[in-house]
Amino acid sequence: MSAGAMATAGTALPLLRERGQREVFCGLTGIVWLHRKIQDAFFLVVGSRTCAHLLQSAAGVMLFAEPRFATAIIEERDLAGMADANEELDRVVDRLLERRPDIRMLFLVGSCPSEVIKLDLSRAAQRLSVKHSGVRVLNYSGSGIETTFTQGEDACLAALVPELPATTSAAPELMIVGSLPDIVEDQFLRLFADMGIATVRSLPARNAASMPPVGPNTLFLLAQPFLGDTARALEDRGAKRLDALFPFGAEGTVDWLHAAAKAFGIDEMHFRSLVAAPRERAKRALERHRMLLEGKTIFFLPDSQLEVPLARFLANELGMVPIEVGTPYLHRQHLARELEALPEGVQLSEGQDVDRQLDRVRSSRPDLTVCGLGLANPLEAQGLSTKWSIELVFSPVHGFDQAGDLAELFARPLRRRDMLKV
Amino acid sequence: MQLTLWTYEGPPHVGAMRVATAMRGVHYVLHAPQGDTYADLLFTMIERRGERPPVTYTTFEARDLGGDTAELFQTAARDAYARYKPQAMLVGASCTAELIQDDPAGLAEAMGLPCPVIALELPSYQRREHWGASETFHALVRGLAKRDAKPAPREGRRPRANILGPTALGFRHRDDLVEVKILLSALGIDLHVVAPLGATPAELQTLGEADFNISLYPEISDTASRWLERQFKQPTVRTVPIGHGATMDFIREVALVAGVDPAPALGLGSRMPWWSRSVDSTYLTSKRVFIFGDGTHALAAARVARDELGFEVCGLGCYNREFARDVRAAAEDLGLEALITDDYLEVEAAITAAQPEMVLGTQMERMIAKKLKLPCAVISAPVHVQDFPARHSPLMGFEGANVIFDSWVHPLVMGLEEHLLTMFRDDFEFHDAAGPSHLGAGHGGSASAETLKVMPNPAPAAAEEPQGWTADAERELLKIPFFVRGKARRNTEAYAANRGISAITVDTLYEAKAHLSGGGRP
Repeated sequence: MSAGAMATAGTALPLLRERGQREVFCGLTGIVWLHRKIQDAFFLVVGSRTCAHLLQSAAGVMLFAEPRFATAIIEERDLAGMADANEELDRVVDRLLERRPDIRMLFLVGSCPSEVIKLDLSRAAQRLSVKHSGVRVLNYSGSGIETTFTQGEDACLAALVPELPATTSAAPELMIVGSLPDIVEDQFLRLFADMGIATVRSLPARNAASMPPVGPNTLFLLAQPFLGDTARALEDRGAKRLDALFPFGAEGTVDWLHAAAKAFGIDEMHFRSLVAAPRERAKRALERHRMLLEGKTIFFLPDSQLEVPLARFLANELGMVPIEVGTPYLHRQHLARELEALPEGVQLSEGQDVDRQLDRVRSSRPDLTVCGLGLANPLEAQGLSTKWSIELVFSPVHGFDQAGDLAELFARPLRRRDMLKV
Repeated sequence: MQLTLWTYEGPPHVGAMRVATAMRGVHYVLHAPQGDTYADLLFTMIERRGERPPVTYTTFEARDLGGDTAELFQTAARDAYARYKPQAMLVGASCTAELIQDDPAGLAEAMGLPCPVIALELPSYQRREHWGASETFHALVRGLAKRDAKPAPREGRRPRANILGPTALGFRHRDDLVEVKILLSALGIDLHVVAPLGATPAELQTLGEADFNISLYPEISDTASRWLERQFKQPTVRTVPIGHGATMDFIREVALVAGVDPAPALGLGSRMPWWSRSVDSTYLTSKRVFIFGDGTHALAAARVARDELGFEVCGLGCYNREFARDVRAAAEDLGLEALITDDYLEVEAAITAAQPEMVLGTQMERMIAKKLKLPCAVISAPVHVQDFPARHSPLMGFEGANVIFDSWVHPLVMGLEEHLLTMFRDDFEFHDAAGPSHLGAGHGGSASAETLKVMPNPAPAAAEEPQGWTADAERELLKIPFFVRGKARRNTEAYAANRGISAITVDTLYEAKAHLSGGGRP
């Protein structure tokens, strides 16, 4: 497909905006992976019992290890003014840091109730940073009234950006933005090193002390499509975003790496020869799933903002047919090239009215529906195969060597449906 | 503010959802922000329900605040009625909506919806899930039960009973209900309404037509059954039939209230008494168990543990303060101080300090027990996907007593195995690190090493260095099987401390043993 043709398809796609019940997580859920990624950070939600219950339900499987997150539950006496909320928060943080002396970075995470009662967590963070030397206290909001699922990570990283040190060197530096599983991050770092890009850093880093510096000579690649605020904050500090497809599938990964190669003046022949082998390996891994997925229809309910890049990958590299691609929020600028690469005839939708959207699912009867945990079994009970969208966020799916795994996540429900004789 | 790592109960609107989801023909319109829909997955994933809970969330956003959130609520309620045509509607607010004070009750009333609307006032910053379920059920019963309903004349018919309490996402409610129905059938009692599980609003209207009520899960049904008692003068059966003895008591109580002969149901019996009396079970004698759960299940477990299995209860507590009084009384009867808390860290510290040989608790205590390398059986909510097994697995009734025997005894090291471990502790494949063979590989030393790795803060007792143990005594201690070694160490150290002995020798170890043998376990 030529670039021109793709552009025509992309701009012609109809967009349906809906407003109604949203069957999505709030931004607090990002804590479930962020607290594993930044290994000396603690996430303290200032919220209600509902917030604590959400985190527990979303992260229930990890109950075994003592988590580096908790909730300071607001109680009646805090609301009635019988207790000073700031004093209460200080007391909770004291107890927490006493119990966990290994913590170097503390995020105070705002929630729906804390936003509604206008508890000023940024002032609390400043105050507590002074009180607890050696611990950087930051704040962001993961509330459902402001954030959807992965936007929690965006808010967290955007809060980190003003804290990043300024770059000291004049040479251009590359920053990978968005938390990736360590194994995937290491694969990318190896590829960039082989290309000859000297300095490559990740945001977030794996610990508080190694957060990357930023400045006008920073060029950054978004590893995730949901980082609008973080990108803006980095741009405010002079950094420049490299436009690329997101690194899903063989072609997405080539394009993403290529954006960096071009920006850093890497010899085109060197780049091509470097990615040839891993790209072929990824294509071989995808070929195994193509038989099953080709021609199958897929319907994305809005969830993680990964929907558009994933639909592009499934359509272009595996021959799947997207019917509707729903996303909680469509970032037109960051997704411009992704949208161009989507096939014609796809219904794009932003926001959600879940009852109406499920009517469309039932009437179009897709071979596979990508949806949240609350909807999967009810759709399966109606004979519709589903893929839990949360798994796409929780498993390593970026890059060449995970392309096959990513395809497998979509193929498995269909294979299982064919296997079962009960 | 309360620092919380894990919670035993969700917010009260989740309790309301458990009632709404259990029933048929009810729809719940919940004024709530985006994200509160997470609660749906409790039902669709944990309980594997094939239908979405009948809940509409209004999904307001920051930009709606101060604007038209009230209109948003009314639109959602109108759409929900048009789409689902419920027989009755519940309306209420989650924690955030409570703060913006839109008054769902007044808004719904003003709409004049063509079905009964029951407004819920569930204070999210004071109350919890069980209370929310109880209050919701109470509100439904009070709002729907026809005041002029009364039982048909008693002559020429069998007695009729309502069963109250089972909900969606209830710990073994599905299977308990089957067992209780078997008992009632053997007694010749007809079932009038089971609620909330499976009931319609139309059925709730007829509650007053039954002769009496059975309150099966007091956490959920006590408030409603007390109201029915006052309103319709219906007697309430309150014995919770968990365990062999409690099931016998339940049958007698039901028979008395219904005026029937208990013998046919008593005769059904369970295998529990003989399984417990048979000599194979001798080794269960005075096993120290720590019990923690919701009030009702903790109380029932304490009775079964002491009276029906011959365990020694070394700790008893509950997380729902509403039942603290009963649990305190039971603990006092056992010579213990009850642990009433919903702070997971406090429970962990109490279990560590009590050094039990087994834990009977919730999924949270299962995790604590794993860390401490103790066997554990789950007896109470909060629920986990494993608490909804495919097989029939009740706690109530006679089959429930059988299930309890199996599921509490199987996690323990078996009788003869215990002796063999003592006799041949150096056997190369039959040693400490191998762990109990019936639990399969990975339950011994290697698994515990992993446990320690993921525990950034080992419990204080585990980290304690033995003070004053001579090398010989330490070696001798290692010859004691791992599952009683902690107790032997603790007992010996206590004995030495009491007598001011500074160096613990092999003799001290055996003196302590002689001193404590037969005299109970301090």
